[in-house]
Amino acid sequence: MGIVRTKELVYEYIRRDEEGNVEGITTAVDHVDLDVAQGEFIAILGHNGSGKSTLAKHINAILNPTEGTVWVDGMDTSEEDKLWDIRQTAGMVFQNPDNQIIGQVVEEDVGFGPENMGIPTKEIWERVEESLKAVGMYEYRKYSPNKLSGGQKQRVSIAGVLAMHPKCIVLDEPTAMLDPSGRKEVIRAVRGLNQVEGVTVILITHYMEEIIHADRVFVMDEGKIAMEGTPREIFSQVEKLKNLRLDVPQVTLLAYELQKKGIPLPKGILTTKELADALMGVK
Amino acid sequence: MSIILDHINYIYGADTPLAVKALDDICLQIPDGQFVGIIGHTGSGKSTLVQHLNGLLKATSGHIYFNGEDIYEKDYDRKKLRSKVGLVFQYPEHQLFEIDVFTDVCFGPKNLGLDKKEVELRAYDALRKVGLPDELFYQSPFDLSGGQKRRVAIAGVLAMKPEVLILDEPTAGLDPRGREEILHQIKELQMKTGMTILLVSHSMEDVAEYVNRIIVMNHGSVMYDGTPREVFSHYKELEEVGLAAPQVTYIMHELKDRGLDVDTDATTIEEAAETVLKALHRA
Repeated sequence: MGIVRTKELVYEYIRRDEEGNVEGITTAVDHVDLDVAQGEFIAILGHNGSGKSTLAKHINAILNPTEGTVWVDGMDTSEEDKLWDIRQTAGMVFQNPDNQIIGQVVEEDVGFGPENMGIPTKEIWERVEESLKAVGMYEYRKYSPNKLSGGQKQRVSIAGVLAMHPKCIVLDEPTAMLDPSGRKEVIRAVRGLNQVEGVTVILITHYMEEIIHADRVFVMDEGKIAMEGTPREIFSQVEKLKNLRLDVPQVTLLAYELQKKGIPLPKGILTTKELADALMGVK
Repeated sequence: MSIILDHINYIYGADTPLAVKALDDICLQIPDGQFVGIIGHTGSGKSTLVQHLNGLLKATSGHIYFNGEDIYEKDYDRKKLRSKVGLVFQYPEHQLFEIDVFTDVCFGPKNLGLDKKEVELRAYDALRKVGLPDELFYQSPFDLSGGQKRRVAIAGVLAMKPEVLILDEPTAGLDPRGREEILHQIKELQMKTGMTILLVSHSMEDVAEYVNRIIVMNHGSVMYDGTPREVFSHYKELEEVGLAAPQVTYIMHELKDRGLDVDTDATTIEEAAETVLKALHRA
């Protein structure tokens, strides 16, 4: 079994009016089967309200399934006595870095997780050091978090999760509030964790160019998985993605527009280099 | 008629040991009807700058002239200024609070002391302008999708009938279609009404696509001020200050380096496709 697995996962919530009367039931996640292998880099796309964050919140037991089962490293997330083990196995990073940082000093903030796990002090410091190095924030260990840029804060948040030695990290739109270089820094750090440290990554994002290096992409719509494949397979379906309120990276879109004008190019071009190579062939 | 900033300086915590210079000798002129993009890394002074324009922050030194009048004059009506210069904050949907969409949009004009009929006319007009369908008018704002909530919040500011509309990252956290819809609507609003619009954004692709003029902020000063083509031709310098050019601009440079005679100043997919086609035909 993979590190994260869901079977027939359904999550419903009840809508109520002001007096608390039931107005109806919304199915946010609708029979989702997912199997993520240890060490994979998974991306989840989907428009606002497609159910991707609700799905993500099941992976570290913030939400429990209405129907079906979620296993994290073999543990059923509905078993309450496994809660802390599950949250240490699958860490979560959210959109707004300011809501996730509590320490007065960067290294204290990163040490908070392992400290709460009852790790001996010496090991906490070792973990803090290696986590900050992994996200490239070690020089800032003595800084106050409020002196950092958005991208730096978000990397500190990731280090804080990393210090708990999770097997899997779920990132829910970690770059939505960042400037271009902040986005780049965070994505580079995430790829590093995956490739160097072997941490399983589940990345939710609205920025299409951030996921071209993912192993597999899932596209959600109305709580279901609407598309699944490699980035190339997914991004070669420009019209289908647009119908799902999504997009493709600019380079893919440019190649697609040129194709429509009769330039013979392969489908699903993902990088500038690929497009340049292909166009040189045409010339 | 225009906004003129004349040697504006702003220091946070002036006369304290923690004083930080947030704006450094800003001189700008924004004529009526322009669609201006403001870009800059986190902490570059973008938000501080726009908060000066409706008098939320008062410059430490310098003058601001709105329609020829100095807004810092003793008897200048700053309350009126705030209705003339509408500011939509980041994540404005967090400020929705009324029981239904229509009442929420009425809140602003009602506080201007207008009669009920005028208030309702304005609210209706504003909701139509942001493209919100009639059947949602009496829904609770909390039942809407992220993009719809954001439109309601923008309508709340439009209902004040501002001459200038400032939007601070109006598309953060929205899915690609949601981003496109909001920006398209804003562009249409600007073309139909001739309203001056200032758009603060972290998305270079969006700015390139929609605005006529870009102001680049860096360390509290204006670094560049020009058309998207002019500004993004400095892409190397922009990278040094935490920004970037749209992905297409990089593609054009790569193609040029490989010997395809394209216009490297292209900043949108449309322009890029056109210049690539031309270059291929010549070759």
